Amino acid sequence: MLSVTNMNVYYGNIYAIKDISFDVAEGEVVTLIGANGAGKSTILKTISGLLRSKTGSIMFSGEDISHTASHSIVTRGLAHVPEGRRIFLQMSVRENLEIGNYTQPGSTMNERIEQVYERFPRLKERRKQFAGTLSGGEQQMLAIGRALMSRPKLLMLDEPSMGLAPLLVEQIFGIIRELNSSGVTILLVEQNAHMALSVAKRGYVLETGRLVTSASAAELLQDDSVRKAYLGG
Amino acid sequence: MLFVSQLINGLQLGSIYALVALGYSMVYGIIKLLNFAHGDIIMVGGYIALFTLTFGQHPLIAAALTVAGCTVLAIVIEKLAYTPLRFAPRLSLLITAIGVSILLQNLAQYFFSATGRSFPGHLLLPQGGIALGSVQVAYTSIITILTSLISMVILTILVRRTRLGKAMRAVSEDQDAARLMGINVNSVITFTFAVGAALAGIGALMYSVRYPLMFPTMGAMLGLKAFVAAVFGGIGSIPGAMLGGYAIGMLEVLVTAVGLSGWVDGVVFMVLICVLMVRPTGIMGRSIMEKV
Ligand SMILES: Nc1ncnc2c1ncn2[C@@H]1O[C@H](COP(=O)(O)OP(=O)(O)O)[C@@H](O)[C@H]1O
Ligand SMILES: [Mg+2]
Repeated sequence: MLSVTNMNVYYGNIYAIKDISFDVAEGEVVTLIGANGAGKSTILKTISGLLRSKTGSIMFSGEDISHTASHSIVTRGLAHVPEGRRIFLQMSVRENLEIGNYTQPGSTMNERIEQVYERFPRLKERRKQFAGTLSGGEQQMLAIGRALMSRPKLLMLDEPSMGLAPLLVEQIFGIIRELNSSGVTILLVEQNAHMALSVAKRGYVLETGRLVTSASAAELLQDDSVRKAYLGG
Repeated sequence: MLFVSQLINGLQLGSIYALVALGYSMVYGIIKLLNFAHGDIIMVGGYIALFTLTFGQHPLIAAALTVAGCTVLAIVIEKLAYTPLRFAPRLSLLITAIGVSILLQNLAQYFFSATGRSFPGHLLLPQGGIALGSVQVAYTSIITILTSLISMVILTILVRRTRLGKAMRAVSEDQDAARLMGINVNSVITFTFAVGAALAGIGALMYSVRYPLMFPTMGAMLGLKAFVAAVFGGIGSIPGAMLGGYAIGMLEVLVTAVGLSGWVDGVVFMVLICVLMVRPTGIMGRSIMEKV
């Protein structure tokens, strides 16, 4: 479904992503794990068109999107929940969902907003509040709900557990499982390798801009170097 | 009596400032640019109205051409001068805006000469007025106040309720997040310039009727006053720009009424400085909420 080949990304003179290739098949949950600064967010931003790779291609559903504008990539069914949620703090919860619907027809919007409310009842309670007044967990739910409004085939999540209490982390990962079983393919970026490998089928390990390991989640959980670096020994 | 007529006078002037301040504030809100060419767009609008009326066009056609002309001009400026600088430092953008302002003034001088021309306001709006008790209220005042109120109501509905208005708010809050929602950020920015310029076009008509002397730098002071109004109200805030416009208009009329007409501009800028010392974000400006 998604196939990244020879991605090289620079920030000015900083060489952030070094010749990375990987793929995600339809129906999978794939995770990219790596320490802070490894380049995880940069990869997702490049896939969604906010940044550009110097070389290679990004094939999504059979089309090369490496030169496509961000806003048209969303239309093709690829949604990105960015690091730090990036919800619109000065808009209401409901308005955030309406903006999420931007690429979709208005005629079915209310129906799909109700579906998001069913999945996240907290958002329904708070639909009229400014998004800036939500707690961290609620903001993450809104960020995911907003992305679901675009009816993604592939959902990319950048550190959805960041800054959340353990109970909320469990809840968010529960939602990721549910989304996957309802047919959404997921590319998950995490520093929380334990949680990520518990939902993912396969994983890639990223170190300072390079992919160093690619294996099934079960293998990565057993891998000594991975255990040392990302699973606390 | 004098009070009522001064109040209407202040509302009329304030309406014009509010219309112009909105364009300043909306553009600032969306790309953090102080568009110093905004006042000069009004100057161009004034000349379009002058020529179309002089050539005998129907007032409504002249008004429509003025608004359309300002809108097209703003889109062209945005595409040619500002879009290429989308990822450049903000200072480059600001200097470009000042450059565009000077360019427009010089082009106007070249084509229309520096000599003032008088604006045929009587060809645009009806003369005379109605008696409100013992106060005579000019039609031009009434039309100016109503037109700007209606424009502001339409703008508020556009921004609050429509899909495009919501996209504008999303872009002004977080451009990358807006892109990830499928919003074409460049088109939304262009649209914002267009709306601001359309309001400026309406402002140009009303301003020219009130101060019927056209000259190439006529937009400079008006632009600066509208900028003060926008900052006073809280730049980036739409209700703030409206409030700031009315406040500055009333203030000017008040200062003139007490016999200090020579001090008008000085007082306006003093008030700005005082407001900013007490409330750096302006009356309606809010400090951006921190992320949790
Ligand atoms: N806007 C930027 N400008 C310059 N360097 C950046 C920028 N964003 C990220 N980097 C650098 O790129 C590298 C990868 O960053 P990032 O993709 O954010 O890592 P991660 O998401 O894995 O924490 C880091 O070394 C970081 O310092
Ligand atoms: Mg990151």
